[in-house]
Amino acid sequence: MSEIAIQVEHLSKQFRIGANSFQKTFRETVSDAMLAPARRLRSALRGQGTQAATKEFWALRDVSFDVNQGEVVGIIGHNGAGKSTLLKVLSRITEPTAGSAMIRGRVGTLLEVGTGFHPDLTGRENMYLNGAILGMSRAEINRKFDEIVAFAEVEQFIDTMVKHYSSGMYLRLAFAVAAHLEPEILIVDEVLAVGDAQFQKKCLGKMGEVAQNGRTVLFVSHNMAAIRSLCQRVIWLSKGSVLKDGPSASIVNEYLMETVTSSSSRVDLREAVRHYDYGKRFKINDLTFNHGEPILHGEMLNVSFNYEAYADVYGVSFGYGFSSLEGTRLMTVDSDLNAPRYQIKRGQHGQLTSTIDTLNLQPGIYLLDVGVRSGDGSALDYLPGCAQVEILPGPRTPPSMSRLDYAGNVRLSGQWQWPETAQEDRD
Amino acid sequence: MQRASTTLQTTPITRIEASNGWVSLQLRELWAYRELLFFLIWRDVKVRYKQTVLGAAWAIIQPVFSMIVFTLIFGRLAKLPSDGIAYEAFSITALVPWALFANALSQGSNSLVGNANLIKKVYFPRLTVPISTVLGGLVDFAIAFVVMFGMLLWFDITPTMRMLALPLFILLVIITGLGVSLWLSALNVQFRDIRYVIPFMAQLWQYGSPVAYSSSLIPNQWRWLYGLNPMAGVIDGFRWSLLGTGQITWSAMLPSVGIALFLLITGALYFRRVEKQFADMV
Repeated sequence: MSEIAIQVEHLSKQFRIGANSFQKTFRETVSDAMLAPARRLRSALRGQGTQAATKEFWALRDVSFDVNQGEVVGIIGHNGAGKSTLLKVLSRITEPTAGSAMIRGRVGTLLEVGTGFHPDLTGRENMYLNGAILGMSRAEINRKFDEIVAFAEVEQFIDTMVKHYSSGMYLRLAFAVAAHLEPEILIVDEVLAVGDAQFQKKCLGKMGEVAQNGRTVLFVSHNMAAIRSLCQRVIWLSKGSVLKDGPSASIVNEYLMETVTSSSSRVDLREAVRHYDYGKRFKINDLTFNHGEPILHGEMLNVSFNYEAYADVYGVSFGYGFSSLEGTRLMTVDSDLNAPRYQIKRGQHGQLTSTIDTLNLQPGIYLLDVGVRSGDGSALDYLPGCAQVEILPGPRTPPSMSRLDYAGNVRLSGQWQWPETAQEDRD
Repeated sequence: MQRASTTLQTTPITRIEASNGWVSLQLRELWAYRELLFFLIWRDVKVRYKQTVLGAAWAIIQPVFSMIVFTLIFGRLAKLPSDGIAYEAFSITALVPWALFANALSQGSNSLVGNANLIKKVYFPRLTVPISTVLGGLVDFAIAFVVMFGMLLWFDITPTMRMLALPLFILLVIITGLGVSLWLSALNVQFRDIRYVIPFMAQLWQYGSPVAYSSSLIPNQWRWLYGLNPMAGVIDGFRWSLLGTGQITWSAMLPSVGIALFLLITGALYFRRVEKQFADMV
């Protein structure tokens, strides 16, 4: 009785990008500005819109797949692969250029946490507003009110304007409303990329619950651990087309293998994608491992960060960590662990260096997370998974350690006291 | 395609594909989303005067101050005729419906751009955005109306049975304001020039409407032409039903109503036609 819930046939979506809108000289900009109105007006009157000089770009190209009722399907792919566009077309936010899709059932879309939240309204008011926007009736919210508030853990602040909420509270409330939406088909974009680990865990739990209730879910994420645990099936999009479609375990593995880039010891973060206002007041421009030399297991690790302050910042601490490719943090190095914090004046830039004596993380490929916190605990800059880093076997790596599976992620030698009855074996 | 009225037995089936040319208005779907319409109006009203010192008093200040200025300049200095009514009462009966229209014009036209984050992230009938903005203006109008009514009593102008016709003229403002908003809000998504056109368009339109002067100044043979401005019909209607001045003639009212309905229907059709680009362009 597996009825088809979503049937996508040859779906394509084209965008037009304004050409030569970048890198113009001042003279060109001025002369364009003088001539453009006449030119644009002429083309607008001919009904060509404002994009006379445009380039075409296919965000989706001939995508076809079926999703059965009750199936939980993960959608993965690199940035720009068309994942978000696919979700937007399926939730009717934007129209396809060609092809069609058939949707059987009520669709709930969650492309962003807190869409339509108004800072000047209270938590309670926003619950109703956001609910209405997502397609919930007032009666439905009334019925689930206590459940939503309890999930969000904002009982005391429910009548406070949300602009006074901490970012964590805000996210929890926004997710709680969306999580209690009960459509037959749920379409979820990377909503778990924000918030702290505990929040993410809670959201994942709720998502799992939704999935087990027999609802159809389409789920976009970069978090491979989440994809693996929630989805039975994965569709891998690449350059707007379906590259692979199959059981999640094998596709995720293939994806992870492919995404491994050559190990680079220098990571440029100037143009990296940041959420919220991260990087606005204080920014990590780049970081370099071991002065550009490879990272070796069992050896010293040196990291130097180049930073720049755009505001006066206080109580500053740095941190970096390595996570597994599935997104689980394995190791963290913090600058304020038993050490002072610093203040940095606006406009200053500088280099901060950190060393650890022995890097015990097993050889392999990891995701690098870096962040800078301010004295009030808020993040100034935060880039989880900003690069993939390879730790190579070093001179002190025992050969047996090439078998990663046995020994976990970290292997230490430790101090051992043998009894005298035991004899040292020098062979 | 509807969401609200579905049950598990009748699973709704949605077909998604490229649309071409004119598309249906989907009024039934709009009706299914009436609760969202209500919440959007409620949000706008609730937020409008937050963090203002005078709050909802602004709904009164705007027409009342215009009235004072108009009375001083057009009434006392220019001595414009006001159909034998105190100029204060004469102008406020036009300024109150005018404020409703002017707000619809300026806020309605910016409504899609102002709600860009919603449009890019959730599906709902886009028509709800300008409709809610225009209807939200009725709250301010109601406040201003009460003040205006008090003023009329102060000037010894007592209501007659003609007041029963007033809701029709209020409806005419809404239809006109919504029609213009639908056109301009949709155009504004594609051509941001609209934003710069609106203030001076509102000003010209006010000169073309009998706000400061009486439409009895218009020579009779040109009255039908003047009636093509629906706001002329509205203001004449307001004065007729509240002050008892002038008369309502079919030759003046029909063009007003006809143009207002024309704006509304073509506006809605144009809006629906270009709606598919909103999320990509806004």
